Amino acid sequence: MTKPKKQKSKLRGPVPYIVLWVVVLTALFSALLWGTNVKVLNPHGLIATHQLSLIIFSVVVLMVIAVPSLFLFYYFAWKYRETNTKVAHESENHHGKWWVFWVWAIPCAIMLIMSVVMWIATHKLDPMRAIASKNKTLHVQVIALRWKWLFIYPDQGIATVNFLQAPVNTPIEFDLTADETPMSSFWLPNWGGQLYAMTGHSNRLNLMPTTKGDFTGASAEINGAGFDGMKFTARASSQADFNKWVTQTQQSPNILDWVEYQKLLQPSENNVAAFYSSTAPDMYDNVLMKYMGSHNMGAHSTEHE
Amino acid sequence: MKEFFLGRLTSQSLPHEWFTIGGSAFFGLAALFFIVLLTVTKRWKWLWKEWLTSVDPKRIGIMYFIVAGFMLIARGGLEALMMWLQQAIGSSNMPGFLGASHGYLSSQHFQEIFTAHGNIMVFFVAMGFIFGLINYIVPLQIGARDLASPFLNTLGFWLYVAGVVMVNMFFFFGGEYAATGWLAVAPLNGIQFSPGVGMDYLIWSLQISGIGTTLGAINFIMTILKMRSPGMGLWKMPAFTWGSLCSMIMAVTIFPLLTATLFLVFFDRYFGTHFFTTTLGGNAMMYTNLIWMWGHPEVYVLVLPAYGVFTEIVATFSRKPIASYTTSIIGMIGVSLFALSVWLHHFFTMGAGADVNAFFGLMTMIIAVPTTVLVFTWIATMHKGRIRYTSPMHWFLGFMIIFALGGITGVMLGVPPADFQFHNSLFLVAHFHSNVIGGVLFGVFAGITYWFPKMAGFRLNERFGKYAFWCWMVGFSLSFIPMYILGLMGATRRLDTYDAATGWQPFYICMLIGGCVIALGVAFQIIQIIASVMEKKRLHDYTGDPWDGRTLEWSVSSPAPAYNFTTIPHVTTRDAFWEMKKQGIAKPQYEDIHMPKNTASGIYISIFAFFAGFGFVWHITWMAIAGVAGAIVCAIIRTFDENTEYTIPAAEVEKMEKARLQKEHEEYGDKPANTGPEYDMTLREFIITVVTWAWSVVRRKQRQA
Repeated sequence: MTKPKKQKSKLRGPVPYIVLWVVVLTALFSALLWGTNVKVLNPHGLIATHQLSLIIFSVVVLMVIAVPSLFLFYYFAWKYRETNTKVAHESENHHGKWWVFWVWAIPCAIMLIMSVVMWIATHKLDPMRAIASKNKTLHVQVIALRWKWLFIYPDQGIATVNFLQAPVNTPIEFDLTADETPMSSFWLPNWGGQLYAMTGHSNRLNLMPTTKGDFTGASAEINGAGFDGMKFTARASSQADFNKWVTQTQQSPNILDWVEYQKLLQPSENNVAAFYSSTAPDMYDNVLMKYMGSHNMGAHSTEHE
Repeated sequence: MKEFFLGRLTSQSLPHEWFTIGGSAFFGLAALFFIVLLTVTKRWKWLWKEWLTSVDPKRIGIMYFIVAGFMLIARGGLEALMMWLQQAIGSSNMPGFLGASHGYLSSQHFQEIFTAHGNIMVFFVAMGFIFGLINYIVPLQIGARDLASPFLNTLGFWLYVAGVVMVNMFFFFGGEYAATGWLAVAPLNGIQFSPGVGMDYLIWSLQISGIGTTLGAINFIMTILKMRSPGMGLWKMPAFTWGSLCSMIMAVTIFPLLTATLFLVFFDRYFGTHFFTTTLGGNAMMYTNLIWMWGHPEVYVLVLPAYGVFTEIVATFSRKPIASYTTSIIGMIGVSLFALSVWLHHFFTMGAGADVNAFFGLMTMIIAVPTTVLVFTWIATMHKGRIRYTSPMHWFLGFMIIFALGGITGVMLGVPPADFQFHNSLFLVAHFHSNVIGGVLFGVFAGITYWFPKMAGFRLNERFGKYAFWCWMVGFSLSFIPMYILGLMGATRRLDTYDAATGWQPFYICMLIGGCVIALGVAFQIIQIIASVMEKKRLHDYTGDPWDGRTLEWSVSSPAPAYNFTTIPHVTTRDAFWEMKKQGIAKPQYEDIHMPKNTASGIYISIFAFFAGFGFVWHITWMAIAGVAGAIVCAIIRTFDENTEYTIPAAEVEKMEKARLQKEHEEYGDKPANTGPEYDMTLREFIITVVTWAWSVVRRKQRQA
């Protein structure tokens, strides 16, 4: 063990290999991604489209600062290696007096741009904000149950489990709550971002599908054992197809009264879609009121008739 | 009567599933092995006197490393691999190309694993490593002989150990851990949805170790503020000490919040109160709010010392002072201040409204500024430097690209409408792993490699260090870049099964492969330590200053003597040791040294605290009351102990120093010529040496037979 073993990397250092690795990774994952369905990057809804442009915008702005910084970082790490005799190595810092100013000013400028855009977008894309459209808004009330999604169409009088249909280019106003279920998050990436569904609390989410097709939504927040199977299909169809489907569902023999609701309230996993021609009146409000202190205090008494 | 003595413990609570039997057998056998080993080698007294009751922060630091490293491998890392394996084969409903399968874990078990993984990695691995580094290095960097309160420090460490034991107790009793996600959001954490003892184990392991963190942090703030050597003003402190100070101040600010929140959850579960329940006016959203008010700054508690480590390393290995010290320190202070005001970005999706979301989005944008400034100072430090590619520098160079990825995605997540798409998806998981692995773990590994000579007296094998780095780097990319992509594809976090039609499986398999490469990296780190011990003579640090360092810790011999400094240095500039080297090091002036006495009080208090927690988990009232009372009584008894210091007279110090130098000389002789990294043991030599040794042992045994 007295002979020196050749150690090339001591001379060359890790920098070229790190750069090479970044290039390889970029190529590898671009190839893997080719033709795959990346939901967030393939929006089929108005809000998702806006959110995607916001994401692209932020990536571009951040690249303006990240790419030069990373380039300089690795360039200097490579150029000023000890073994490089062609450059002057110094042992003190000589960075003029304006240097500190730029060090603070550049990130501040980038973050100022980001902040302004972020502030405007946050208000514009507020999930509570109604979407302007010539088509009449569709109201859907969503109740997160263990472990399924109950959709109530108050205007149509129907209800579904784990299946949602809506006409394209029509704003949808979702009211979200939960019943005897831990916090869940209603996420339909192709149409737009998520919002929490919580007991005793109604959240409003406005979305609008723009392309016909079947899309998958899920609970993004963990809420117990059946969490992984708490998925639903969202179908965007033409107005005519939607009307047809509503009529069809209205003829379904199943009725969602409080007795049937009690059955839904029991935990169950990987549920298939179910359709109800009618619901008990004001079901959503009653579920919500169940958690309001003065009205009813027990978690297990759900009879409201 | 049985219920009085045993609470809810029954024979059903004993291990009866494969993982509880396996886990308890593993821990049982490991304990048995060490008991036998210590008894045979007659080391019990040595262990107790030299290590367990020691108040020396250097000893405590090393014990933190041992416990954290053990938890990283035996629990956190293993759990990561278990999850990746489950996800790689868990494509249900439709046959993927590995066939339809629900994997090998039940949903409940999978959820317990990721919960435990999160708790262990944050509380018992990352925090353990960070506290280990702070313990060992900060007193040396500020020129102190011991800590402001050595007792608080050992108590903090032993409470941390009690938390570690508690988080493993479910293997023996109960067989379940919380299945709630690492922060255990309400109301899932309530008795209604999580009736088992798993959640109670989570509460009490975090509670006990969290109190330990608060106490340890108080001690380090006092130490840094009050124990610096003469002349070292705040603006002359080394960067790592600054990072630690910022981190510890934040820890003191937020950990009481965690303690209070966990108590409220405990009240809900134990006494039936309604703080976070769904009914009777409980407010689950308040839990989310409180836990993230602690949880977000907690990440910065971990990463600030790592920033400090990197700042030290880049300066040392560029042979230049930090470019604009003031800027980088203000950067760290800025990070720690703003870190306290961004927590709501963890739940933009709860529906707080545009104004609230926009405010916290703005704060998130602002916190990116000081972080970027730190990166700029690192770049400028390397500019025109004289860069040596040692293995700590490898970790630093690798850290940058991963950290940039984590930082960019962090700002992207900070934009509320975009966050609605990223939140709770694997994109988010990939983001914080970029920061916690790239930032914290790489920082810890860089720091341990950098300061290892100071801790052990010999440096680590550079070759294996670089192998380990490359495995981590490649493994990290293969396992977390697919995670970003999966998040964009709509994969939520914490899925144990998914539809094969989603096309996610290839990415999950890629993640598993990456995990295996990381495991290989850990194997290289273990080999690195073994190989370095084998070559310890050649790797011996003769000067105490193997890297041509700049700060005071390199001015003492390696390993540092118990009292750190024979003479307390007088500091006049930043990079104090660099300056001393330029001006010539003064001869030591021996003086009387006051040292704290060893104490076992920390151990006793922690044992009582552990039993209090265990009693609360299992509703064994007498045990809980006895535990709380015992801990309080022990603490009170300790306060009456006035005989906590001893003095080493100057003459004795001189004798010890000379004896130590002579012993070192006898043992190691003069510095040999072959100490450079190019002579370090190769993998081939390592294998040959190990095989030859094993063969000789076998031969000897045969001959004896």
